[in-house]
Amino acid sequence: MSDRSHGPLHGIWAVANRELVKWYKVPFIIGMSLVQPILWLALFGKAMNLGNLFTASSLQIPGLNIPSQVINEIGRDVMLRIFGTSDYFSFLAAGMLSFIVLFMSMNSGMTMVWDRRLGILNKLLTTPVPRSNLVIGKALASVIKSLVQATVVLLVAVLLGMQFGAGINPMDFLGTYAALFLLSMGLSSLFLILALRATSWESQMMIMNLVNMPLLFTSNSFYPLQMMPWWLRDVAMVNPITYSNEAARGLLLATPGVNIYLDFAYLLAFAAFFTGLLAVMARRMLSR
Amino acid sequence: MPEPGLGEGAIVARGLTKVYNGKLTAVDHIDLDVMEGEVFALLGPNGAGKSTTIGMLTTLIKPTEGRAVVGGYDVSSQPEMVRRTIGVVPQEYTADEDLTGWENLTFIASLYGIPGAEARRRAQELLEMVELSRFARTKVEAYSGGMRRRLEIAMGLINSPRILFLDEPTLGLDVQTRTAIWSYIGKLKEEYGMTILFTTHYMEEADLYATRIAIMDRGKIVKIGTPRELKESIGGDVVTLAVDNQAAAVELLRSLGVDPREYEGSLVFKLRDASTALPELIRALMESGIQVKRMEVSEPTMDEVYMEYTGRRLRDAQASSEEMFAMRATLRRARS
Ligand SMILES: Nc1ncnc2c1ncn2[C@@H]1O[C@H](COP(=O)(O)OP(=O)(O)OP(=O)(O)O)[C@@H](O)[C@H]1O
Ligand SMILES: [Mg+2]
Repeated sequence: MSDRSHGPLHGIWAVANRELVKWYKVPFIIGMSLVQPILWLALFGKAMNLGNLFTASSLQIPGLNIPSQVINEIGRDVMLRIFGTSDYFSFLAAGMLSFIVLFMSMNSGMTMVWDRRLGILNKLLTTPVPRSNLVIGKALASVIKSLVQATVVLLVAVLLGMQFGAGINPMDFLGTYAALFLLSMGLSSLFLILALRATSWESQMMIMNLVNMPLLFTSNSFYPLQMMPWWLRDVAMVNPITYSNEAARGLLLATPGVNIYLDFAYLLAFAAFFTGLLAVMARRMLSR
Repeated sequence: MPEPGLGEGAIVARGLTKVYNGKLTAVDHIDLDVMEGEVFALLGPNGAGKSTTIGMLTTLIKPTEGRAVVGGYDVSSQPEMVRRTIGVVPQEYTADEDLTGWENLTFIASLYGIPGAEARRRAQELLEMVELSRFARTKVEAYSGGMRRRLEIAMGLINSPRILFLDEPTLGLDVQTRTAIWSYIGKLKEEYGMTILFTTHYMEEADLYATRIAIMDRGKIVKIGTPRELKESIGGDVVTLAVDNQAAAVELLRSLGVDPREYEGSLVFKLRDASTALPELIRALMESGIQVKRMEVSEPTMDEVYMEYTGRRLRDAQASSEEMFAMRATLRRARS
């Protein structure tokens, strides 16, 4: 045996790195996980562009001859007031960033179930990596995957015509990534907690499918809080995805009325709580 | 800081107990003292509690009761120190099938905090030793059973452990591969002077390679000793007789103070000083009109020792455990 120094972060990167190596070995899966958000972008953002509802071509009332310019102006005004931007596609694109983060983060639990089923976990548990670092490494891998995928979604959105707010600067991007990082850390930890004792990937899949759509639709990913009935708005107000969306839109699209400090405070609390809980529970639950 | 108080050995256990789910006592108050440099075997039928014992000694399973000190560190209060000291080759495969042999080894090395250059050198050395260098860049999913076992052993050795735990290192392998694996283990032992604790279903492996053997049954250690001591402990040589009238022979032998068992159509019993006592027995049988058709005297084998202490033939245990292993492998394949 050699006396190697084992700092408090020992093993986190090693564990994360393995997951990432496995990930980029299969480009097919990386591609597949992007299909969904990009489809949504194309479908909802382009084909069913809500902004079009308020443009001249769709609002021609026979007999009345309102100049199309006026209708367009009114439409812009309505959009701005509700969505905070005149372009629904950009609104949705910013929301899709959290969408892909949610989808990628959910998979963190699956890697746990697989490692247990295939016996790899038994090996990991006999190495000197603390249990908490083992799971945090897994969460970190999931965060990195999420952010890489979010970048791809962002690039595709830009290619499809996403418009950034006036005067955007690199700090806005950095801030957006920070918000997505916190969201992903919290979600990855949450799904890892659910998987700490799980042995069946079927039930893990069930949990994922049960949770993903509700989480998405009770957030402001598709339409703003102002358009929601009160009960849904109350639910959306606790959903962390609402806050990362707010942050992303405030920073990238310069939508007005965003309290960026509140968004970050909420996301930070969310991430810290679940990461902490994960570390504590891993120490307790990973030994029989 | 090593923990004082239990004993001197590399592996010490006192009253070590595991009760699963509050009802199934898998390991029942066992005591162990494995000395530095020993090669110690745990023998026992399926479900005896061998893997559970190894699990507790390697900090995977929390003891319900009792204490164990491994390499000077307490498994319950200093688990991370224990993990740094030991190498483990579990009963189940643990390599990541999506990675190559090389990637698996360097990954495990990184978990031990071994720096890159040293890790690569060790990985290369170990792959050479277990003769897998040619397959270093092959994904593990394409490995055969024997190759996987060898990789597992290499993985268990990556941190040059002082104490090595091997749970069924040769189960389900053909004879050549088993011999090869034991020759690697032998080499390691010579090179690093490790302490080794292993479990096996193959009696002759325990007999050949272990300095001491503990026989386990239903969670208890029923006997500990060197192979020689164990064989002597069962009291005399083993006699096998084939006779024409078994019932009468059994009755007569019982009256003469020996206790025969029927096994595969013959009578088997232990006899002290067989060279002088056996002719007398034969004469007694002949005088009562019982014909002896065949007889055989042998020194007790580990097989007989095992039979004596667990009431089971090892051959049965061996077959059933190989079956179980095959079943597990199939199940695993079906799942993925
Ligand atoms: N995680 C568990 N939960 C509940 N019971 C368990 C668990 N692991 C093992 N057991 C039970 O504990 C007993 C001892 O099992 P163990 O695996 O230690 O035996 P073993 O001697 O290694 O057997 P084998 O030769 O089949 O490997 C068995 O009855 C088994 O069913
Ligand atoms: Mg076992």
